[in-house]
Amino acid sequence: MFIIEGLSKTYSGGVTALEEINLEMLKPQVVMIIGSSGAGKSTLIRCINRLIEPTTGSVKLNDQEITTLGKSGLRKARRQMGMIFQEYNLVDRLTVMENVLSGRLGYVSFWTAYRRKYSPEDVSAAYELLDRVGLMDNCNSRADALSGGQRQRVGIARALMQRPKLLLVDEPTASLDPKTSRQIMRLIVELAEERGTPALINIHDVELARSFADRIIGLAGGRVAFDGTAEEVSDQVLTEIYGEEDWSATIKRDAHDPNGDNDNLLSRIDKESSAG
Amino acid sequence: MSQADLHEKFPQIWKRFTPKETLIRYLWYAGIVFMAVWSVSNLDIPWFYFLDAHVQAADLFTRMIPPYWPFFIDIIPPLVETLHIATLGTVFTIFLAFPVAILSARNTTFNKTTWFLGRLILVTSRSVNTVVWGLLFVAIFGPGPVAGIFSVAARSIGFVGKLIAEAIEEIDVGAVEAIEATGASKLQILLIGVLPQVMPVILGTIIYRWDINIRESTVLGFVGAGGIGIILYSSINLFAWHEVSVILVSIFGVVVLSEYLSIKARARIT
Repeated sequence: MFIIEGLSKTYSGGVTALEEINLEMLKPQVVMIIGSSGAGKSTLIRCINRLIEPTTGSVKLNDQEITTLGKSGLRKARRQMGMIFQEYNLVDRLTVMENVLSGRLGYVSFWTAYRRKYSPEDVSAAYELLDRVGLMDNCNSRADALSGGQRQRVGIARALMQRPKLLLVDEPTASLDPKTSRQIMRLIVELAEERGTPALINIHDVELARSFADRIIGLAGGRVAFDGTAEEVSDQVLTEIYGEEDWSATIKRDAHDPNGDNDNLLSRIDKESSAG
Repeated sequence: MSQADLHEKFPQIWKRFTPKETLIRYLWYAGIVFMAVWSVSNLDIPWFYFLDAHVQAADLFTRMIPPYWPFFIDIIPPLVETLHIATLGTVFTIFLAFPVAILSARNTTFNKTTWFLGRLILVTSRSVNTVVWGLLFVAIFGPGPVAGIFSVAARSIGFVGKLIAEAIEEIDVGAVEAIEATGASKLQILLIGVLPQVMPVILGTIIYRWDINIRESTVLGFVGAGGIGIILYSSINLFAWHEVSVILVSIFGVVVLSEYLSIKARARIT
């Protein structure tokens, strides 16, 4: 359903950010992409919806080739890809509701957007999402009046407002405290699963990745250095991705997670195997 | 460590500027003095007028006092016309300045040609004074307030457009990126991603410009472009100083009032 083949990106300065990336997702999965800063995580995510134009390679979402699309084709393709950002990227001076409804912009006319006259279905879907992310009471607040965690919830609601076929998530928790980070990550993963939406999530925090991922991909120097399950991430794998370091603490702490988030992962695996 | 060694390692003398930097600074000072002296000597100023300037000023003042207050009734219509010229000119500006600003901002313009076109409009508008625009529009529309409205708008587009364009270049690109990622069209990106971010600047600049325009429209009448200026000009030419003082006091009152409203309105923008 989602296939990347031989994707490369060389910036005009001659810096190669991505080299021959291959990635295949045949069923809805939560895929976490880890790797050090500059490994190409953000570039990879943005090459998929072409906020950054890839140099070569192919990206296919549900059998549609994205990289060769023209302007209007690309806009239609972007409607199917919801994106969540590190800095939330809300329009500060608009209300929470306006921000969430902006997820429908690809489907409405200029004048509909100007008059903020979205269809009853869209408005009702927006209320439902706001209720789901716990911001029902804030729907008329201005986005800049919210806390970081709340702002990211608005960002999540906006992305899901698109009813996406793929979620692109770029460092969703890097600007949040550890507790809020877990809550936000749990929310994203739960919503992706509820709706059967595959998600590609960039993340710095290896522990967080391991506790929520169906699959982990490690990028190093613009190449895929690891592709496997959370359990397969070992000292050696982390060294391959990030370089030499004492990883014992990172791995050990996760093995008996005090917050019990692993239960969540295990129960999900159970659910999947019983369903399949 | 001996005393000498200490002074070697931690010197007691520290200078902010090197001798070369100091020299360059003094050369700048000398240059500025030269420019001032050259300007004054070149202008050929008739210094003997300065000798009795204070006497003339006092004389003018006594001729203006007391103001002939009944004249105030006659200047109410042209005063109101002045306000209308400033306000309508500013309203025109609202609709024209934002599109020009979009063309002139590097991050929202379409290509190099449109950027150049936007900048050209801004520079042209700003390099010509409102009164000079007035001369041109009086030639086009004939004397009267219509020429005034157009000259106010023509000058304001450059001022407002430039400030909005600068604001657009400094917006949070993240929000724009997010709107783009939803599959929004270019116009929708401008409407939802860009416009709300620069709205405070647009409102603030427009109100500020309205306040400036009221002051500028008071002299538009000098070139026949309507408003209180026509009356002021004829009163001065007739040496009717008791009327001139009434006009000046009235203009002062209107300007103070508009400035007060402008400050109040801009303080409410968040």
